[in-house]
Amino acid sequence: MTTARSMTASDLSSRRAPSLGAFNLTALKLEVRRLLRNRRTVIITMVFPIFFFLIFGLNKAYATQKVGHGNVAAFIMISLGLYGAVFAATSGGALVSIERAQGWSRQLRLTPLSPVAYILLKVLTALVLGAGSVAGVFIAGALTNKASMPVYLWVASGLSVWVGSLLFAAFGLFMGYLLPTENVMQLMSLILTLLSFGGGLFIPLNQFPHTVQVICKWTPLYGLNQLVHTPMLGNGVDWTWVVNVLAWLVIFIAGATWRFRLDTARV
Amino acid sequence: MTVTNTETGKLPAGGAPPAVKLTGVSKNFGPVQAVRNVDLELGSGEIVAILGPNGAGKTSTIDIILGLSQPSSGQVSVLGMQPRQAISRGLISAVMQTGGLLKDLTVRETVEYTASLFARSQPASEVLSGAGITAIADRRVGKCSGGEQQRLRFALALLSDPELLVLDEPTTGMDVEGRRNFWGAIRKDAEQGRTVLFATHYLEEADAYADRIVLLRHGRIVADGTASEIKAMAAGRTVRATLPGASEAMLSGIPGADTVEVRGDTVLVHSTDSDATARYLLTSTSAKDLEIAARGIEDAFIALTGDDTEASAANTGAI
Repeated sequence: MTTARSMTASDLSSRRAPSLGAFNLTALKLEVRRLLRNRRTVIITMVFPIFFFLIFGLNKAYATQKVGHGNVAAFIMISLGLYGAVFAATSGGALVSIERAQGWSRQLRLTPLSPVAYILLKVLTALVLGAGSVAGVFIAGALTNKASMPVYLWVASGLSVWVGSLLFAAFGLFMGYLLPTENVMQLMSLILTLLSFGGGLFIPLNQFPHTVQVICKWTPLYGLNQLVHTPMLGNGVDWTWVVNVLAWLVIFIAGATWRFRLDTARV
Repeated sequence: MTVTNTETGKLPAGGAPPAVKLTGVSKNFGPVQAVRNVDLELGSGEIVAILGPNGAGKTSTIDIILGLSQPSSGQVSVLGMQPRQAISRGLISAVMQTGGLLKDLTVRETVEYTASLFARSQPASEVLSGAGITAIADRRVGKCSGGEQQRLRFALALLSDPELLVLDEPTTGMDVEGRRNFWGAIRKDAEQGRTVLFATHYLEEADAYADRIVLLRHGRIVADGTASEIKAMAAGRTVRATLPGASEAMLSGIPGADTVEVRGDTVLVHSTDSDATARYLLTSTSAKDLEIAARGIEDAFIALTGDDTEASAANTGAI
């Protein structure tokens, strides 16, 4: 800035592009901080799951009843961990929509940040928040001393919920690119709540009429919810659950890619 | 992502490549031709205004230079590279008119975030103080005034010490004082060799601050030159002199004259070559008190970008 510049070829070639498409931890830290600044997101992903667990997970009528390798309280804890993690993952992906509405994505395209690094930042932000969400419910479960299952199942269930929530990071990205609105999370809250019922996260599906149950088995949280409970239930994997998860993953990634391409072509 | 780096790392041998080079660039949006066969070369350190009415293709041209959109045909290079390559090296920055900031980050966080994306950037604290926004560093961007946000955008644009700074209607919404300060800072900056390209519809802004004006109309460059060249090109100059006893018939053969008007002892010659007109009046007639006045750039702008010739003819007729 203070020295007169002379634009020679050597000066220009001494300028480097950042490595990893400009992905870096400072940006990740600021993304997480930003997401935590959103009160609605924090309440839904951190407070609600713990609150629901304390209400529904500790009910004396069934909490300590044995299920699989654990008990009902542990089962509900896993369900609510999934609820929080899925919400966190979707919020991370849906940040895209807010950033498009505020013109930030356009500004970022004038920086070295590559589109892949940008998406990676969103997904990792979602995962950090999701980890907090799962940890919150599991810590509540441990402290209240009702949820019971072997230690390895705490770890296995927690990890499968956390990794499984990536499905909804893809969903959030798809919606983020599809809906150019700053209020995207309000719509997402509604959709995710419906999907949570459909997936059997709140009420076991066998409580619903048969037709509703059949429909629910096609919804995106059904397969995932079954799979994250599998280690604890020890009842084996039904191939339809895997198909459900993979099919929705393909749909969300294809949708996100399609919208992302349109978005970068236009801007 | 969509740019293929055919010239990775290869720079033209010997000397500096032009800051911007567009060759036969066109951009179509369906049947609409936003940019038509534009050739443009900007040298290092120039301050260039792109001037034109709405829909003339200013933003489309700028988007192509910034690599935000691909030309339908033609070549674009920035500092001898593809725009995207230049951007990834921090060689191009842009200040947009509105938006482009996250409301829920603070001013300092926005600077830190952006700085983290460049291989090399100036320290955040230095940039904040340089832009005079240290006092509001911890304020959320959403709570900053329009002027403060614009200063932040400007600070972000300078983070990577770019060679080319692109400004799209940069002073929209600023008051006169703010605009003057803004351009003072830009000029000082350009003296160090930074190339500045700005789009504007403030004619007087282009006139006052650009070394060179590129006038766009219907996606074509209709004029390209210094402000005074453009004024002369469109409307010529008016030569005014006192010449008792003159008649229009007697003056009709004056070199360079478009129209001649006699008002009592005063002669008004509207000329495309005011030098020749003045020389003739002073050497071949007894004219005195000679004045040469350039027409306003506004007249030039209307004449060059107006849709029908009648409007510009009527404009030329009036003095």
